[in-house]
Amino acid sequence: MKSFCRKPAFIIWAVTMLAAILVIAQTRFIADLSAFMPKAPSERQQMLVDQLRDGAISRLVLIGIEGGDATARATQSRQLKAQLSGNAMFTAIENGDRATQERDQRYFFDNRYLLSPGVTATRFTAPGMHDAIQGMIDLMSGDTGMIVKRILPQDPTGETLQILDAFSGEDAPRTDGDVWISRDGNRAVLMAQLAGSGLNTDAQASALNTIERTFAQLPNRAAGTRLVMSGTSVMSVQSRNIIQSEVQRLATAGTVLVVCLLLLIYRSASLLLLGLLPVVSGALVGIASVSLGFGHVHGLTLGFGTTLIGEAVDYSIYLFIQRSDGTQRATFWRTIRLGVFTSITGFAALLCSSFPGLSQLGLYSISGLVTAALVTRYILPDLIPRNAKLRDLTRAGVMLQQLLDFLTRIRWLIVAIGLVAVAVLVFHHQDIWNRQLSALSSTSKAQNELDSQLRSDLGGNDMRYVASYSAPDQEHALQTAERIDTVLQGLVKAQVIGGYHTPSQILPSLAMQRARQAALPDRPQVSANLKTALQGLPIQADKLDAFISDIQSARTRPLLSRDALQGTSTGVLLDSMLIKRPKDYLVLMPIRPTGFGPNGDVIDLNTVRAALDRDRLDHVTVIDLLEETTHIFDSYTHEALILSSLGCLAIVLLLCVTCGIKQAARVSLPLVCAVVCVVALFNAMGIQLTILHLVGLLLVVAIGSNYALFFAGEAAPESDSEQRRVEISLVVANLATVSSFGLLGTSSVAVLSYIGSTVAVGALLAFIFSAVLARARSHAHRP
Amino acid sequence: MRAHFSARTLACLLLMTVANMTFAADLGIPDLMQMLGQRKTGTATFIEKKYIAMLDQPLESSGELAFSAPDHLEKRTLKPKPESVVLDGNKLVLERADGRRMTVSLTDRPEVAAFVESIRATLTGDRTALEHYYTTGIRGSAEQWQLTLTPVQSRMLKVIRQIRIAGQHDQVKSIEFMQADGDHSIMDITSTTSK
Repeated sequence: MKSFCRKPAFIIWAVTMLAAILVIAQTRFIADLSAFMPKAPSERQQMLVDQLRDGAISRLVLIGIEGGDATARATQSRQLKAQLSGNAMFTAIENGDRATQERDQRYFFDNRYLLSPGVTATRFTAPGMHDAIQGMIDLMSGDTGMIVKRILPQDPTGETLQILDAFSGEDAPRTDGDVWISRDGNRAVLMAQLAGSGLNTDAQASALNTIERTFAQLPNRAAGTRLVMSGTSVMSVQSRNIIQSEVQRLATAGTVLVVCLLLLIYRSASLLLLGLLPVVSGALVGIASVSLGFGHVHGLTLGFGTTLIGEAVDYSIYLFIQRSDGTQRATFWRTIRLGVFTSITGFAALLCSSFPGLSQLGLYSISGLVTAALVTRYILPDLIPRNAKLRDLTRAGVMLQQLLDFLTRIRWLIVAIGLVAVAVLVFHHQDIWNRQLSALSSTSKAQNELDSQLRSDLGGNDMRYVASYSAPDQEHALQTAERIDTVLQGLVKAQVIGGYHTPSQILPSLAMQRARQAALPDRPQVSANLKTALQGLPIQADKLDAFISDIQSARTRPLLSRDALQGTSTGVLLDSMLIKRPKDYLVLMPIRPTGFGPNGDVIDLNTVRAALDRDRLDHVTVIDLLEETTHIFDSYTHEALILSSLGCLAIVLLLCVTCGIKQAARVSLPLVCAVVCVVALFNAMGIQLTILHLVGLLLVVAIGSNYALFFAGEAAPESDSEQRRVEISLVVANLATVSSFGLLGTSSVAVLSYIGSTVAVGALLAFIFSAVLARARSHAHRP
Repeated sequence: MRAHFSARTLACLLLMTVANMTFAADLGIPDLMQMLGQRKTGTATFIEKKYIAMLDQPLESSGELAFSAPDHLEKRTLKPKPESVVLDGNKLVLERADGRRMTVSLTDRPEVAAFVESIRATLTGDRTALEHYYTTGIRGSAEQWQLTLTPVQSRMLKVIRQIRIAGQHDQVKSIEFMQADGDHSIMDITSTTSK
């Protein structure tokens, strides 16, 4: 032992482990949306990423108070708002209270001469005012007359209405007892805007926790009431928590399962510990490499990582069982090496993926497997105690051999199954793939329902169409918004779009505010113009004194800035559209479809883009978030499909080069059959494949190639007993793989269960098919 | 204020005269509702006058009305500016001359629902819907009746003090809105077809 410790291999191993542990100690583990975001995004994808990171959607928390009676819910809504307002974790808490609504109305009414798009140089000339006032009187005779009547004395030209036009046609939340309530009236609803970015899951988790704690501690809280929350942040925090707890649970259960299996076979604690050494080493190096390569480790990678146990443990199983009589075949390491190479080839394909989650997994697997194999090759043999005695597996081996011999005789059946599977796939090739990103979501159906309910309660928060651009400063951002405003207004008139919001509707650029101020005449001028304007109209000038003084105060009033919107919900809306970033401003302008006609919920974006281009606004990106998300995901799936195919092709080439075409065909055939059968089986069960199933299939090839290589061993086994040992070791390895992946298959996290179920089924099939198609018959049956 | 007072007095006097001229027995709410409920569709023209204190003269608008049971109602104003209000079930769509549309859901806007039901529930003879929002009163006979609706909700009372609907048999002849600020409007309806 002493001499062993001085061996270079051991020293290298010890240093590597130490380094890996040090790296892991410094590692940042994350579990947010970034794993789903493209690494090298296109302009439109970047916009989607920005939207998810900085946009209103990612920072919005939809809150509902349920149970109790309406009065209790309203009281708690007010209390919750009062307690959370002023907390730095939130940029806004809204519950529809009257005070906020009044502040909003005040803002628009008091500042109407700076905000109204109607204020132009001709507006307050005598003919301009005559037309505007005539328009207001006409409106008064119409169905909205009662509203118009109230503002007429102060705003006879209807500037307030000009401003409010931009906000019409939207579903506002229902209000009762001065707080927002749900459509069905059974829940008080609130909205919180988090201060933290959409990618900072920790900050979001603590903010959500604060909401829950505050609610639980409300004074005199009625017993029956409860809090529900939704929103992107809630979902990402939830899925992170689920993934974390699942990863722990599965890693523990997987380890226990494999340990039990190995104990059953080895009947030796020391062999067991030695057997786990490559696994632990592999996992440590894997995590450390991902951390070094990517700067962080995603929770999902760790989740998949538990699967590595299943494969890495195989090497030691092969080693211990196949050399249990103290001898070792010369071809053993060659076969293992080839197995490792084929696995690496498969995972290398993942490494190239632009889906960050997959490339992390690729790096993790490659470094983990190489480490596990190296540890098995250079550390383990020297550590195996000389007197280590494996349980006598001869009897089991004989039985297994007979079973496998039988299977070999029914080859035709396997071939038939394979053909049926191919037929199934050809027939159903349209619905093999699931194209929804939500297929990967780990949130429950109930949570999704709650989310869509709360969204409709709060009125049109699901932003689908967005125009976006960045600008060096706020003034430029707002001036561009004003140009876009003009274009979009034309599109509303042409009924291409139903409506839109721009930050400049709420806070015009300083240039625009100055221009509007300049359009306001002084007191004598406005009085004279008004007198002329009112000729022929049924209203006397003396009833409009308030109007004249309001115009005067607007002329000299300081220009508006964000501060003027303090405490209003309009301010929150502005912040969601005009986002200050370290180096620039990001502007996101939601666009609404018309809502009428057969395609009322769809916007023809090409028309919108063409209109913007005509006004030389081509730096503005207009996207359909839904389509873009699906598109990104489609391209991931497409890319994964290509990469997996390339990976498989590379494996076949590798086999051809190393063992000749005939042997390569013998090894690949069972793997191809296994993959085809798994896909067909899932398809027949109505399970649509996602990108993660695809990864699972790649794993099936990577792991299954080991079985096939051993079964198809180039040099015929020297003895029957040796062949039996090889076969027993393969069964044990397969059991370890199938059970650890099968366990993953039971996970409630979709991504984990997809990979788990695919590999468990696939590895089992790969084993059986290899036994049938690649195996040389036992000595007894040879002529 | 004075204009409003005199118009109301005039309306009362007129009604009393009319009531005296007929001999039919007093009409009850259930009878009226049953009578109105029998009519399934109808079109009419209207002239609406709004008496607003701030203005020197009443505002007049005119257009067409159409109704079909159970829940479709539309008001198309032609003068002075075309605009339309179409009510279908729970959905109210306002459309202006420039093509701008606004959709309002009645469940989300109880005050709009109250307003709308004063007319729709009357036309369909839906007493339950009517009494959900208003305390009702009735005067006159089948030949000449007047239904008075006083809002139940205090919120609605801040806008509308009372609604008076007058008619003959199953025909609604006029609808008068008495606003809380003293202004009022009256819509005279001339039936063109009905079934």
